[in-house]
Amino acid sequence: MMDTTITADQIIKALQETLTMVGVSLLFGSLLGVPLGILLVVGRPGGVIESKLVYSILNPVINIVRSLPFIILLVAIIPFTRFVVQTSIGTTAAIVPLVIYIAPYIARLVENSLLEVNPGILEAAESMGATPFQVIWHFLLPEAFASLILTFTTATITLIGATAMAGTVGGGGIGDLAITYGYQRFDTFVMIVTVLILLVLVQGIQSIGNRMGRKARRE
Amino acid sequence: MIELVDVYKTYKRGESSIEALRGVSLRAEKGDIFGVIGYSGAGKSTLIRLVNYLEKPTKGQVIVEGQPLDQYSVHELRNVKKKIGMIFQHFNLLESKTVYDNIAIPLVLVKKSKSEIRQRVTELLDFVGLSDKAGSYPKELSGGQKQRVGIARALAGNPTILLCDEATSALDPQTTQSILALLKRISETYPITILMITHEMAVIQQICNKVAVMEDGIIIEQGNVLDVFGSPRHETTRNFVRTVIRNTVPSSVIQTLKAEGQRRLFKLEFIGQSASEPVINGLIRNYNVQVNILFANMTEIQATTLGNMIIQLQGEDRVIDQAARFLQDQGVYIEEVDSV
Ligand SMILES: Nc1ncnc2c1ncn2[C@@H]1O[C@H](COP(=O)(O)OP(=O)(O)O)[C@@H](O)[C@H]1O
Ligand SMILES: [Mg+2]
Repeated sequence: MMDTTITADQIIKALQETLTMVGVSLLFGSLLGVPLGILLVVGRPGGVIESKLVYSILNPVINIVRSLPFIILLVAIIPFTRFVVQTSIGTTAAIVPLVIYIAPYIARLVENSLLEVNPGILEAAESMGATPFQVIWHFLLPEAFASLILTFTTATITLIGATAMAGTVGGGGIGDLAITYGYQRFDTFVMIVTVLILLVLVQGIQSIGNRMGRKARRE
Repeated sequence: MIELVDVYKTYKRGESSIEALRGVSLRAEKGDIFGVIGYSGAGKSTLIRLVNYLEKPTKGQVIVEGQPLDQYSVHELRNVKKKIGMIFQHFNLLESKTVYDNIAIPLVLVKKSKSEIRQRVTELLDFVGLSDKAGSYPKELSGGQKQRVGIARALAGNPTILLCDEATSALDPQTTQSILALLKRISETYPITILMITHEMAVIQQICNKVAVMEDGIIIEQGNVLDVFGSPRHETTRNFVRTVIRNTVPSSVIQTLKAEGQRRLFKLEFIGQSASEPVINGLIRNYNVQVNILFANMTEIQATTLGNMIIQLQGEDRVIDQAARFLQDQGVYIEEVDSV
């Protein structure tokens, strides 16, 4: 056994923090990102409810946020974070930048998934006199379902990566553990354990996502 | 009832523009199976997409069941579309839904009750012969079965109009037959106007009663199938007719023809009652010409026989002219040709 300065409880707590950050920011990120992704598709030129205004604002805004590395976003929006959750440190505080970070990412991925839907399906929908809402609900989303599962898999894995930086604002989590103990205190054991945990987490989520995607495609 | 009145459609792409339709008029009545035939790029899809306003005309009127479509609001138009079924070349079924749910969609959109939906979908599955496939996914079906689902879906809302855009073009000949038979049965079972576009003459020949031949954004010939194909006036129409009516002379005949030198050749077309034999007999009896039948063929369109013949007449020029006029008087379409 290698020398280590942390306890199993600390690892479990860190894991819980990571899962909380990922889960909560995935939830709010999706609540924001999915509608934005849908808007990008239906609002685009030739879309179901074509809107030059919405598209020409939304598209660049998403690009701008997407171009910021998470670590920059994290510190840049500290005032905003403080305004929203009344604090700028801790797990809760980390969730705000995580949501801002992942929402545009999810929007883009959802956009791509929906754009993959066979245009013939939309033509059929239109020929049936479906309303724009019905087109989205009864045609676009069900047809993109399998692809959307993979979208959320990718988003979740991206979030796990981002949470590692949340330590900067005292967000805790596995990544924080790896940096403060494994890196800064040269605790090789922590380093190995945290890497293994992250590896298992990412692999697990990816293979669950793949399996669900295949099932949705009935392969 | 579908009526197009002098319809134009221009697609604009940046600087350039494409005139897909240039003054098209047609009228299809209830009970008609109206076929539109033309080569790729003729404007057929554009034409059919005007009828359910997937495209708006640049100029001209689209009238459905007596009402011009441009008078409707967006909301009203959606309700009009619910009475216009459409089937597609590539079926456009939802891969994520079962056969049952695909057929149910138009009913779900109008918020029918579960039991109403079950009744109608069951009925339709039976009508198209897919009762055992209700729980299957489109992926598990053959092309013909997919199109049957497409047809059932198009019929779900009891449409008064059925639009078919190349509905059999992705199918093999045998499956095409069964789908055409189904469309014919629909026409006989329901009070409906069917408009179908195709580039295959066989489709028109087998189920259409009216036809329009399109080329380059205009209709070059239209009318009853028999009239149009019995005596095609336009070269494109002839080309289409040729694909189902073999009227090319075997090369062995052409060989002997060359060897024999100069005699006058005629192409004849007989429709329905002007059956060929008595006419030819009359020709031989009444005129001092020698008749040489180089080629003869019969085709059935719309339960009427269409005869096709190439003859060589030998004799005095003046008598041959008289003989040709005689044939014309007998209701035979006749055309003198230099070679075959
Ligand atoms: N949405 C569109 N935008 C621009 N051009 C189009 C569009 N749809 C069709 N066209 C053009 O219009 C012409 C007629 O096309 P189409 O109606 O699809 O013919 P068909 O169905 O007879 O093959 C073609 O030149 C085609 O390129
Ligand atoms: Mg076409």
